[in-house]
Amino acid sequence: MATTQQLEDITTQVRRDILRMVHKVNSGHPGGSLGCAEFFVTLYNEIMDRKDGFDMDGIGEDLFFLSNGHISPVYYSVLARTGYFPVNELNTFRLINSRLQGHPTTHEDLPGVRIASGSLGQGMSVALGAAQAKKLNGDNHLVYSLHGDGELQEGQNWEAIMYAAGNKVDNIISTIDLNGQQIDGSTDTVLPLGSLRDKFEAFGWTVVDIEEGNNVDAILKGMAEAKSLTGKGKPVCVLLKTVMGNGVDFMMHTHAWHGKAPNDEQLAEGLSQNPETLGDY
Amino acid sequence: MKTYENQGNKDTRSGFGAGLTELGQTNENVVALCADLIGSLKMDDFKKNHPERFYQVGIAEANMIGLAAGLTIGGKIPFTGTFANFSTGRVYDQIRQSVAYSDKNVKICASHAGLTLGEDGATHQILEDIGLMKMLPGMTVINPCDYNQTKAATIAIAEHHGPVYLRFGRPKVANFTPFDQKFEIGKALHLVDGTDVTIVATGHLVWEALEAVKTLNEKGISAEVINIHTIKPLDAKAIIDSVSKTKCIVTAEEHNHLGGLGESVARVLSQHKPTPQEFIATNDTFGESGTPAQLMEKYGLNANAIVKACEKVIKRK
Ligand SMILES: Cc1ncc(C[n+]2csc(CCOP(=O)(O)OP(=O)(O)O)c2C)c(N)n1
Ligand SMILES: [Mg+2]
Repeated sequence: MATTQQLEDITTQVRRDILRMVHKVNSGHPGGSLGCAEFFVTLYNEIMDRKDGFDMDGIGEDLFFLSNGHISPVYYSVLARTGYFPVNELNTFRLINSRLQGHPTTHEDLPGVRIASGSLGQGMSVALGAAQAKKLNGDNHLVYSLHGDGELQEGQNWEAIMYAAGNKVDNIISTIDLNGQQIDGSTDTVLPLGSLRDKFEAFGWTVVDIEEGNNVDAILKGMAEAKSLTGKGKPVCVLLKTVMGNGVDFMMHTHAWHGKAPNDEQLAEGLSQNPETLGDY
Repeated sequence: MKTYENQGNKDTRSGFGAGLTELGQTNENVVALCADLIGSLKMDDFKKNHPERFYQVGIAEANMIGLAAGLTIGGKIPFTGTFANFSTGRVYDQIRQSVAYSDKNVKICASHAGLTLGEDGATHQILEDIGLMKMLPGMTVINPCDYNQTKAATIAIAEHHGPVYLRFGRPKVANFTPFDQKFEIGKALHLVDGTDVTIVATGHLVWEALEAVKTLNEKGISAEVINIHTIKPLDAKAIIDSVSKTKCIVTAEEHNHLGGLGESVARVLSQHKPTPQEFIATNDTFGESGTPAQLMEKYGLNANAIVKACEKVIKRK
């Protein structure tokens, strides 16, 4: 098991990857990516039970589905740095003829990705289907999924949330990136979500709060609790409170960097706040 | 030969925004809805000037279409704004039942259409929307070519009673049509007269067609260019008249060849005037990430490709 320091060092490197990827092509989504860096690093390094290599069916291992596909930079960085494909390939993010599409796809056979996402609101249904396939296969591994908080405004989520409880899909842990921001402003100004705990509970889910969603120890603890609550007849939801743009001071607590790349000076500033740890690609 | 000058690159979505701003001042029944993409759709001004007539629906496009249908009951003229993919495929049945079948006066305004959306990639680059929308009975489908025309079209569709799909794009492209044009739905615009081949283009491909004409002229080929901003209802007469003279045609669009402008033109010609035709369109494929120019080159949707298609179709006469 990695130490807290090791996980934080990986996270720092992932932040550098995110900044450099979006800067190079002057497009992409750094805000949500940075906010979820600790979560991804912890999930892939400590929480999920993963096999070596990649095959689509993923039988005998935990699966992860990214529903809010726009945060592909953090996903790609962590996939590369956990060995799914060469770290150098991060250089091709959003370029023509690349496997690292703006939003994750299976179309180019990128290892680690099992479904296209980008059009919001579809991932939970897919994750539930995969969780039910695991049950049919007698595979007692778990399915993890991640969703934006703004993304929950899409009605399909609530069809899936109702379905999950009604069908006792209890081998899924769906995490919500509760950063309180979306494109046009805060979720409160765009369309208030109300109490997500109350909503998920009313729909029959078990809810775990992670108040410090940018603290690897808090994530480890919260996800361990979530894991312990699976297999009890109810789907499990984790409300992960994060700071959008975390780790780069001028990107924090705002929707401004949802889908905007830093310029040269901003990149230098962001990188200086996150010194190289594992080595840049 | 008539030539056209680029007055400076501008994005067609800003033409939509400007048209909507003007409508806000001139037509108090116009209301606008957006699904968490106000900046991308250039709806900021309308929102600022008329907060009481602007509805932020959040990331919930299906709800947006239903709300828009409801707002027409009571005489409002709703303009919905989101990306083309989420304006069409995402909400097809909502449009079909609550808007088209119910004959509601909703204007579905769709930005970031086609490959030129660029780096976001295939999940966002819809190349099937013209087909989806033109198949709906009663739906008018418009794909203007530049900023000025998009602004004029936005203003014109408020006066037209019935559902409209207005398709425009993200990148800054040549702005070359008159700023004071009057937009007539369903009326094709003759841009260049020619005798050897007809090029019928829509949207971003119209400027590419004009660029192609220059190269064709150098090769001694005289091409006629028609800007077919309205795909449905299609100006069949303009097309038939032109090919009566040129005897061959190239259609050009930023869309799949299945279901697009080219197929609409082929249907008209096969019934009324069978004519050799080549298609500038994507070839039943999804797009991918890349810069707009790279993608238009890779998928064969630029002036070069139009030149080649013209040379090919002329040989088939
Ligand atoms: C169906 C759909 N509608 C709209 C969009 C455009 N869009 C991309 S991200 C986004 C905001 C998402 O908010 P949230 O889930 O909170 O993600 P965050 O901004 O926090 O990263 C929107 C509206 C989309 N990708 N898909
Ligand atoms: Mg958010």
